[in-house]
Amino acid sequence: MRPRKRWLIPLAALPVLGLLAYGFRTDPRAIPSPLVGRAAAPFVLTTFEGKPVSLEGLRGQVVVLNFWASWCVPACYEEAPVLEAGWRAYRERGLVVLGVDIQDTEPAARRFIQQLGLTFPNAPDPQGRVSIDYGVYGVPETFVIDRRGVIRLKHVGAVTEPILREAVEPLLGESTT
Amino acid sequence: MRQLALTLALTALLVARLASAAPVTEETVTAIASQLRCVVCQNLSVADSPSEMARQMREVIRERLSRGDTPEQVTAYFVDKYGEWVLLAPRPRGFNLLVWVLPFAGLLVGAVVALRAALRWTRRPSESPEALAPAERERVRVELERLEE
Repeated sequence: MRPRKRWLIPLAALPVLGLLAYGFRTDPRAIPSPLVGRAAAPFVLTTFEGKPVSLEGLRGQVVVLNFWASWCVPACYEEAPVLEAGWRAYRERGLVVLGVDIQDTEPAARRFIQQLGLTFPNAPDPQGRVSIDYGVYGVPETFVIDRRGVIRLKHVGAVTEPILREAVEPLLGESTT
Repeated sequence: MRQLALTLALTALLVARLASAAPVTEETVTAIASQLRCVVCQNLSVADSPSEMARQMREVIRERLSRGDTPEQVTAYFVDKYGEWVLLAPRPRGFNLLVWVLPFAGLLVGAVVALRAALRWTRRPSESPEALAPAERERVRVELERLEE
């Protein structure tokens, strides 16, 4: 190679370095869900208290569907009080918070509910059917479903008070039709 | 007579139903699972991962197959829920084509570069005598003479 073209060699590494710099900075777990904007998949679960709960039965209400596990530390422990407070604040206006416990054991899950003093319904998903139907790949993940049963938001990671408020407030004002 | 016909019809129906619900083999389940990304792992397929989630996903594959779904329909279900991200090999279309084409394009460019370099290196010995300027040739002669002394 002629000497005046030597500088081209390190130059060739630049695109590769650029690609690596981009690739290693992105979160491999931050995957956009294809489900937002689509109708939420129907499900029938039985809560820890033994009551049946189905999406069909919640139609007309804004549903915050939260997937959690007792071993999910600290995110699930951080967001549970937020969900509890949101449920208490908005339930009169038509909000339902439903916790779905996945990849967990029942005693540990019951301890979690008791320890955090959760009063909103929680149900186990022992076979993981519902979580796979919702494309869940980790805990916590939260779906906000509007009054017509359409998924409007998917949040990965702990839900905070502002996130919940901004997601739920506008939907509560919507009509069911 | 009518009873016989009814029995025959029912038997035929039953046989047809059994035939359509072919037994689900573990190979088919593994074949589908190995194309799917274990969603709680990094760079592991659903077939290879020992995680609870992967086990549940294999169970869903088995269940859907035994319900009469084709392997394509089962894969499509997971793509529908998780997006194309769930496929370990991106589908060769659109922007994805780049990852399918680039390695081969790189190989081709590399081969051309290597071929040209090889040609140049093998040509050089025959060219080098002429490449020496008369002054240089004179200097070589002088140096060689000095060596012999």
